[in-house]
Amino acid sequence: MKYLFLLIIMSSIGFMFYKGLKIDPSVVPSNLIDKQTPNFQLKKVGKYPLFDPNDLTKQEIKIVNFFATWCGPCKVEHPQLMELSNSFRIYGIAKKDNSKDIIKWLRSYGNPFDKLGLDNDGISSIEWGVYGLPETFIINKDNKILYKHIGPIMKNDLEKIYSILK
Amino acid sequence: MKTILIIILLLYSQVQSVEPDEILANQELENVARIIGKELRCLVCQNEDIENSNADIARDLRILVRKMLSEGKTKDEIISYIHSRYGDFVLFNPPVRFDTSFLWILPVFFLMLLCYTFFRKKQ
Repeated sequence: MKYLFLLIIMSSIGFMFYKGLKIDPSVVPSNLIDKQTPNFQLKKVGKYPLFDPNDLTKQEIKIVNFFATWCGPCKVEHPQLMELSNSFRIYGIAKKDNSKDIIKWLRSYGNPFDKLGLDNDGISSIEWGVYGLPETFIINKDNKILYKHIGPIMKNDLEKIYSILK
Repeated sequence: MKTILIIILLLYSQVQSVEPDEILANQELENVARIIGKELRCLVCQNEDIENSNADIARDLRILVRKMLSEGKTKDEIISYIHSRYGDFVLFNPPVRFDTSFLWILPVFFLMLLCYTFFRKKQ
């Protein structure tokens, strides 16, 4: 009986360690999954149409991508965003950037965004629970956040992204 | 001797990342901001609170905390807002809920188990 009790305790600890060691500490799960998209206010970038909260009320699945021209991984992710933009509407939020660099970036690498805006003070990024770049959100028809991708979307992530978008 | 004294002072001094332009003119509010900052974990440098982290997100959160305090928000309202955005991870003291109960119960349980084993062996 005594050994059975000990075995149960040791197995529970072992199970917790097994689960715990699999967690990537650099990935902070989003607290906004299944919740309505937050409110935000952005600045216009050149002549590009400004992204505002009303755009997310459209009855369709859409993508919101946080990026910056100074962010290396964002450059790696860009071709995948270009591919996704062929099938889905993508809205861009540039964090702590400047219009001149964003325009140059979009002209050089292509523009995957339907609309975009500039979050200069980082307040809108906090509203979305963003803590690093790039981060991508998938929003459903009812304006609820379905999924958050932390880090660059790589080619091998596309299959998962498409399966969520369907 | 002088070098040892400097090293000791450096070791025990509270290094903070709050920059001069972030500090509030109202000392009372600034003190509250620092208390709040000590309770919030930096999401990038995860072993540091936002008051001591140099990460960009920590600076943004420090500025936000001070902005909300200046707007008349209370400590609980500010922590609750940041918690709603980043979840339990951002809190150094996770709330007591059913899903976090193990976190609070297990140390007490192990302490009791240790005491039981120790005293039983002595007897």
